[in-house]
Amino acid sequence: MKLIGLIAVCLMGGLLIYGTADMPDWGDPQSPASLHVSPRYIEKTVEETAVPNMVTSVLADYRGYDTLGETTVIFTAGIACLLLIRRFGK
Amino acid sequence: MISHFHDVIVQTVCRLLIPFIQVYGLYVIAHGHSSPGGGFQGGVILGASFILLCLSHDIQEMKKRFSQGAVLLYCSLGVIIYSGIGIACLFLGGKYLDYGKLHQILPVDPVRARSMGIFGIEVGVGITVMAVMVSIFLDLASEEKE
Amino acid sequence: MEFIVGKYNYWIYICLMMIGFYAMIGKKNLVKKLIGMNIFQTSIILYFISTGSKKGATIPIVEHGANAIQAGQYINPLPHVLMLTAIVVMVSTFGVALALLLMIYRRYHTLEEDEILRQRR
Repeated sequence: MKLIGLIAVCLMGGLLIYGTADMPDWGDPQSPASLHVSPRYIEKTVEETAVPNMVTSVLADYRGYDTLGETTVIFTAGIACLLLIRRFGK
Repeated sequence: MISHFHDVIVQTVCRLLIPFIQVYGLYVIAHGHSSPGGGFQGGVILGASFILLCLSHDIQEMKKRFSQGAVLLYCSLGVIIYSGIGIACLFLGGKYLDYGKLHQILPVDPVRARSMGIFGIEVGVGITVMAVMVSIFLDLASEEKE
Repeated sequence: MEFIVGKYNYWIYICLMMIGFYAMIGKKNLVKKLIGMNIFQTSIILYFISTGSKKGATIPIVEHGANAIQAGQYINPLPHVLMLTAIVVMVSTFGVALALLLMIYRRYHTLEEDEILRQRR
């Protein structure tokens, strides 16, 4: 059982490493992740939101709706733990 | 499951350190604008300070200060603050979570109103994350007789 | 050689991911499987953040008293934002999984996968 698992893991690792041939280099400033909407967030953050920390302004202002969903996720996890473990009534 | 810890050194050091950890957590939330940090990070630090109190002293010590009902209340309070700011922006004529419209009730210009809206929701997120950390820990660590 | 220098960060994260994956499928104790899941998720987070780096750029906080902000001076803030959400999801699934393990222990009095399957038959 463990041998099958080991073979599967090595196969998958090999396939993933073969797949990294297409990915952008480490530290490339022209990689597609840094090209489309991210320069606009970097350049306009102080002018539009007066917050120097770009991560906070993107998290709470430009993508504020996603942060609301995330807060709901952690709230739901707390409620789920509570419902699973506590016994109500007698 | 977690019983009373009998060592004097650990109890004294933790009792001295916990207020400073809480002040540091509040500092991380408040300085989310200009240094790394924000709501999630500060909330986890605040929650960790309460968990340290549980681990070094008895769980009853923590429940005396922060009962399970209060923890549940703080969970919901953070989400209410977050959605409340969004709905307030809706009533003032903008879209949901459009903090620029808050300049009508706050005495600042629209750009700084966005900054204050960001701070408000970070406070809400910090409160919720702290309460959920403490709630999950209390649920997993309470002794339940079979 | 250029190929290795440009891509070795991805290879390290893939190794970490495979270690976590092997722990999830190869171990019999439920807590060890859970730790494997945690390692897997952590490697994904590191992988995403490494895609946002730029050569010679600094952290994504605008420097005090800077006049012209160029996009090439600061690293990409978007992966950091998305990974904050991922970390919160990681903590949530870990908490709920531990609660489920507690209920499994109360019901079957063991945390080994084969004993639980044997009790269920």
